[in-house]
Amino acid sequence: MFEDFILILDSTVRLSTPLLLACLAGLYSERSGVVDIGLEGKMLGAAFGAGTVAYLTGNAWIGLLAGIGVSVALGLLHGFASISNRGNQIVSGVAINFLAAGLTALLGQTWFRQGGRTPSLPEGGRFRDVAWPLAEQVREIPIIGPIYAELLSGHNILVYAAFLAVPLTWWVLFRTRFGLRLRAVGESPAAVDTAGISVTWLRYRAVIACGIFCGFAGAYLSIAQGSGFGVNMTAGKGFIALAALIFAKWKPASAMFTCLLFGFLDATAIRMQGQEIPGIGEIPVQFFQALPYILTVVLLAGFIGKAIPPKAAGIPYLKERS
Amino acid sequence: MTAGQLPRWVDFGLIPFLNLAAAFLVSGLVVILIGENPLKAVQILVWGSLGYGEGIGFTLFYATNFIFTGLAVAVAFHAGLFNIGGEGQAYIGGLGVAFACLALDQYVPWYITLPFAIIGSAATGAAWALIPAWLQAKRGSHVVITTIMFNFIASSLMVYLLNNLLKKPGSMQPETRTFEDGGRLPFLNDLFPSFGFGYAPVNLSLFVALAACLLVWLLIWRTKLGYEIRSFGANATAAIYAGISPVRTIVITMLISGGLAGMMAINEIMGSQHRLLIDFVTGYGFVGIAVALMGRAHPVGIILAAILFGMLYQGGAELSFEMPNITRDMIIVIQGLVILFAGALEHMFRPTIVRLFTPSRPLVAKEA
Repeated sequence: MFEDFILILDSTVRLSTPLLLACLAGLYSERSGVVDIGLEGKMLGAAFGAGTVAYLTGNAWIGLLAGIGVSVALGLLHGFASISNRGNQIVSGVAINFLAAGLTALLGQTWFRQGGRTPSLPEGGRFRDVAWPLAEQVREIPIIGPIYAELLSGHNILVYAAFLAVPLTWWVLFRTRFGLRLRAVGESPAAVDTAGISVTWLRYRAVIACGIFCGFAGAYLSIAQGSGFGVNMTAGKGFIALAALIFAKWKPASAMFTCLLFGFLDATAIRMQGQEIPGIGEIPVQFFQALPYILTVVLLAGFIGKAIPPKAAGIPYLKERS
Repeated sequence: MTAGQLPRWVDFGLIPFLNLAAAFLVSGLVVILIGENPLKAVQILVWGSLGYGEGIGFTLFYATNFIFTGLAVAVAFHAGLFNIGGEGQAYIGGLGVAFACLALDQYVPWYITLPFAIIGSAATGAAWALIPAWLQAKRGSHVVITTIMFNFIASSLMVYLLNNLLKKPGSMQPETRTFEDGGRLPFLNDLFPSFGFGYAPVNLSLFVALAACLLVWLLIWRTKLGYEIRSFGANATAAIYAGISPVRTIVITMLISGGLAGMMAINEIMGSQHRLLIDFVTGYGFVGIAVALMGRAHPVGIILAAILFGMLYQGGAELSFEMPNITRDMIIVIQGLVILFAGALEHMFRPTIVRLFTPSRPLVAKEA
């Protein structure tokens, strides 16, 4: 029973990692006032870029960089549309999702002819699980052993990076000058502008940061968790991350717990498939799949606290003409 | 720079044309990147969608879907609301159509079933928009976010319902039984054989869609409610000050929008598939955003944009057949580019054009 529970928690960590990375990505963007529903597309683009380059070079790190490159490029496109051209941020996000979904499948088929998938990665093209020191020796110790050997040890490096990014993001946002300005530009861009700081450049840095994190998230899917890119492999994770961001009320630590919760729901759903719960019967797997969205709507309805977005989120900033 | 500074034909003709041209130019570059000839691709696309009767039939069939989803997005636009839940509302709308058809198809002819299917699809689609509408109106939760969530909830719900409750007994397929004749709309090919639509599934719901366009036009520009919707969209604060109820306007607009999206299911379920099945919406709801943007949220523009996207769908299918290198994913890329250039980057060419059309006076501020 305890072993089972540890195994569920273990897959919780694996499943919540891409959500967490994408959620933090959205955090940077939305805190600066740029709403991003293109997280899904950026993740997908990054997964494709990482899968392709990791296959060609056989080097996971170069693959990761390529994934980040694709994602940042899409982020800059979002920035160009929504910051420079003051276009509608939702529309721009929808466009990016379409572009990424179409281009990855199209180019994947053209280049590799495997129905849009990228070929299986060679040795070294994939981030391997890292075993912590003494993991095998302590496995037999009750309680602590399995926790150390299964839950903490034995993940790939991107998993640890994702969880370390949480305090890092907190520190950047709440303890640096850049973070203060980033939050300010999301609440009151006019005030930031009056202080002589460029709203445009701040927001561009935010969408670049968003692109970097989405790049990690996408690369995790194709070259760490999986071994190669598959058509539409994000399968709505970008939107779950968006839901998690709202659920976490745009706060880094809450984002981590929300992503863990959503990952736990996913892990439980996989585990519970076809199993009867005494007294309740079999819970349909679709219920677990819909639960993150239902919970977010319930939160938005104001039944569990209130989610208040950054005040200037979604509104293009128009500097007054002199 | 406001729209009023440009002649109407520039605002509603030239700028959309330029945006579209940019989108197709980039699409052409993608085709070159794949190693095919873009001009030949355009030729195949146009011929495949307009060159022969059956192709036109398919184009009109897809266009019917896009008219419904485009109108849905457009109505919400007029109230300043962004309904990107068309996907889920159309999916749930399928339930309403299927209920009407399953209940009546064995007893009455199709023209008795049709009104019930229309009411059913509009009611279920509208019901799916109700909670997001209410949350926006009462709680201020952004309708974009809640409608996204409801798209995913709809998807899970429909998979569950089809797998567990609606499935034909003894079948493994997650779909209902096939409707009898009373639950099938006549194909236009059977009504007008001289057009030669062949096996194209274009059916009577095309006329339902056109009627919906007329009704939306009347509603938005010729009724008190439409005036309230437009006032609220143009300036919510002023509208509230003028005595227009925000809650009522938001909820009613979203219900109409959801109902229109739901009616898309008439074309797919009652007109073509003749059974309720999984994932029959496949992106039509999202493309409705592009259609509404291209059509400037006006029914006439929406019809034109819907035909354009119908051509893309049908021509794209033909294209993937003739040029195997260009898969159907190319359509998604082109849609993305159209949404990008006609929607998110719609202001990109405007400053230049405003400059071209503004007589050079030193007092006019030149920057956008």
